[in-house]
Amino acid sequence: MSGPIFMQSDQSLMVKLRHLNWGLVLLIFIIASIGFAALYSAAGGSWDPWASRQMQRFIIGMIGMFIIALIDIKWWYKLVWPAYFIGIALLIVVELMGHVGMGAQRWIDLGFMKLQPSEMMKIAVVMALARYFHPATVDDMRRLFFLIIPAIIVMVPVGLVLLQPDLGTSLMIIMAGAGMLFIAGASIWLFVAGIAAVAAIIPIAWNFFLHDYQKKRVMTFLDPESDPLGAGYHITQSKIALGSGGIDGRGFLEGTQSRLNFLPEKQTDFIFTLWAEEQGLFGGAILLFLFALVFYYCIWIAMKCRHNFGRYLALGLMINFSLYVFINIGMVMGLLPVVGAPLPLISYGGTSMLAALIGFGLIMSCSIHSDSKVTR
Amino acid sequence: MKSIKSEQDHGKLISRRAIIMGTMQTAALGVLGGRLAWLQVAQGSKYRTLSDKNRINVKMLAPSRGTIVDRYGVPLAVNGRNFRVLIVPEQVKDIESVLRALQSHIDLQESDIRSVLKEAKRNAKFVPIEVKDDLSWDEVAKIEVNLPDLPGLSTDVGQRRTYPFADATAHVVGYVGAVNEREIDQDPLLSLPGFRIGKTGIEKKFDKELRGEKGTAQVEVNVVGREVRELDVRDSHSGERLILTLDGELQRFTQTRLAQERSASAVIMDAHTGAVYTLASSPAFDPNLFISGMPFDIWEQLRTDAAHPLVNKAIAGQYPPASTFKMVVALAGLRAGLVNSNRTSFCGGHFQYGKDKFHCWKKHGHGRVDVMQAIQHSCDVFFYELAVELGIEKIAREARLFGLGDKLGFELTEESPGLVPDKEWKLGYNGRKWQVGETIVTSIGQGSLLATPLQMAVMTARMVNGGYAVKPWITSNGLAPNSKMVGKWPKMDVKQSHIEMVLKGMEDVVNDRGGTAYASRIVDEELAFAGKTGTGQVQRITMAQRKAGVKNEDLDWKQRHHALFVGYAPYKNPRYVCSVVVEHGVGGSKAAAPIAKEILLEAQRRAPHKAMVGEES
Repeated sequence: MSGPIFMQSDQSLMVKLRHLNWGLVLLIFIIASIGFAALYSAAGGSWDPWASRQMQRFIIGMIGMFIIALIDIKWWYKLVWPAYFIGIALLIVVELMGHVGMGAQRWIDLGFMKLQPSEMMKIAVVMALARYFHPATVDDMRRLFFLIIPAIIVMVPVGLVLLQPDLGTSLMIIMAGAGMLFIAGASIWLFVAGIAAVAAIIPIAWNFFLHDYQKKRVMTFLDPESDPLGAGYHITQSKIALGSGGIDGRGFLEGTQSRLNFLPEKQTDFIFTLWAEEQGLFGGAILLFLFALVFYYCIWIAMKCRHNFGRYLALGLMINFSLYVFINIGMVMGLLPVVGAPLPLISYGGTSMLAALIGFGLIMSCSIHSDSKVTR
Repeated sequence: MKSIKSEQDHGKLISRRAIIMGTMQTAALGVLGGRLAWLQVAQGSKYRTLSDKNRINVKMLAPSRGTIVDRYGVPLAVNGRNFRVLIVPEQVKDIESVLRALQSHIDLQESDIRSVLKEAKRNAKFVPIEVKDDLSWDEVAKIEVNLPDLPGLSTDVGQRRTYPFADATAHVVGYVGAVNEREIDQDPLLSLPGFRIGKTGIEKKFDKELRGEKGTAQVEVNVVGREVRELDVRDSHSGERLILTLDGELQRFTQTRLAQERSASAVIMDAHTGAVYTLASSPAFDPNLFISGMPFDIWEQLRTDAAHPLVNKAIAGQYPPASTFKMVVALAGLRAGLVNSNRTSFCGGHFQYGKDKFHCWKKHGHGRVDVMQAIQHSCDVFFYELAVELGIEKIAREARLFGLGDKLGFELTEESPGLVPDKEWKLGYNGRKWQVGETIVTSIGQGSLLATPLQMAVMTARMVNGGYAVKPWITSNGLAPNSKMVGKWPKMDVKQSHIEMVLKGMEDVVNDRGGTAYASRIVDEELAFAGKTGTGQVQRITMAQRKAGVKNEDLDWKQRHHALFVGYAPYKNPRYVCSVVVEHGVGGSKAAAPIAKEILLEAQRRAPHKAMVGEES
């Protein structure tokens, strides 16, 4: 138990670097660069205020990603519970600060960035589930009693995030948890029952738990044109921007909807719209394809991994990442309600960039240390 | 071993589930891609249109209004420059303090400041607000010099209609004003803020021609409506330049002369072409006040003045033509063969018809007179006698032939029709039968007979031009040029010898000792004019007044007789015809004839018929 942390494993640093998933790094770099270009355009052809800061964060995030990737997976295995409980503690801190501050405060100001504990919590939940499922057998997964702990692992942060209140993030944590349950081999019937239960709960939740603004978002999603200047404005303008892009787009820096500010939140939640308005179906499809490659790469890493913790972690983080992609792009296209989810690696924002790169760091750590002996 | 096998099985399960997950994600990405393709390809053009609608505003560009000039090209209505000072609220921290600073340079009312502040709250921050308009060049210079200390302020030049001749051409040219709801038509220009259209006179009648055509500018706007850039500009086409037959200076001369009377109007036109050189009505008003803002007291005064300064009396005023009508009756008599150079009547001061007694204006009578002398001395009894023989129908027919009794189709819509009474009119008017007494009073231009000054000028013109049915016109547009109008008017069925007898009478009115206008004659043979006086009764002279010998000029202004004159010059080679009406001017020879003399002299001096812009001489 002496020497630098990187040397704990059987491989030297050079070997590890060689084993690093440079293909995935390249994919991440390409996607992030698309983000820089989009942010440059969002600012009307200027590096300020978004693109330059986003690049700084990306560089810092990449360094963090490499460090995380190079640390042996065993260490991460050991750090799961501390990470999980620190995450819970931060959520409680935010909740208490929120009561002191104004309304729904979701972040902690660290000075150089605003940290959203809920984003970090998503990773912590995936790690906790991976650790819990790691020793499980196929038979364990069939026992409902065995699934009580994972349910608690998921529902405690969900409850705290709901208090913020942030319905979108809580739903994403639940979905990520459900995805991991599926991966871990839970019965298909469990999911059928779960969906049925959700269908039953919706009317109750609608009447007792949802805030007005949340109800409005759902209503707007169902019929955006009903309120084109109010809540439906975002989605209507986003669809106009996407549609006007056509096959080959309006051209870089030529997207009128975003340049003339008809498109709201163009640098954060609606950045995909800006990209597809300017680059058209061609550019949009390329981005979707790049995301698909990322997913496949992660699945390949998981399948190559020789311990269940690594498989669960890689797949869980990939699911987490993909949920962002689906929810964000589905939202800007009017397929899903506007929930305020960023497009990972592309949307302007420190936390989401950091969370995505931390996730990929862990996935790469799984890959580099696929042969590590993770204790049960 | 069991656990290892189990772990291997579980590993396979995880891999299987991972592949299912990957497949589901691929499907989800496929849905997103499909949705993207549907939005961008299938619905692309629809959304492209919506996007353009979002960003493109079509802005109208106002054309500049066509100018109106007189026959020499002298401007009567032009677009003057209107200097304004504007403020853009977003460029200023404190609007009020900037306006206070501006106060030290130009005269700015408290109310102006308040209205700017109010406006600033209502509009988007980048919309310029007019602080003050109609600035002098000095004021503009002061603001420009101090601009560094006046953030957010700028000056610009707008257009403003101005009328250089002011009240001299007020009635003819008219004025423009803001569009009211009734006037809004298909032309979108009318909805432009601050757009002006013609309200009276030429400005109204030829508004469509003067207005021009709108231009458009497609401007790209952002979400709050700020203009980002111009995409496509189609310039406006300014309105047509309108040339009037009017002689601006002659018009001003006449207007100035008429202003010596309480209320008067006059027409000068070309006997051969019908071109109107002067159309004056006094008192008038300054049309520029309608543009810059009419002070309330002046407006009240214009509105209530008994002399009707807002009405163009030269074409809208209807008066009994009085003795100026006697030529028409004489011509009717000549046509009917009832009059020839030998016919005489004895005037003893009155004419008895049945129980009724009709007085001549000369109490003791003119003695024996023929038709020329009857015109020269304006003997009433000669015409009373003739009228009884003629009957009203022949008189009315002759009157209509000479342009009385109906609108002449003049360009200005304010034209009144006048009235030539006959049996049919009387039946329709009150269902009564026509009385011979009415024929008798009609023969001296009284009774129900009414004519406008323009009609009286036309009547005279048709005599002096040798019987051509000339009509008046004032705009050269759409009509053949001046010189080509000579001889183009249809020849009327009138014998030259008859006209010559009547004109001889008119010559003697002015130029023969004893004529009613001898005092106003022009001595120079070349310039001498001819004409006929008229004195129109406003109300019947009662027997009591006649006996008491009450002088008409001692009555209230409103009860005095109208003074009229129709004339032409030079009498040897007639060119200019005029008619003059002085409302309640007491007597034609005293009040109207001197005006006719002066304006005909001025007309001959200026000789407007010799030149017209846009015409080859």
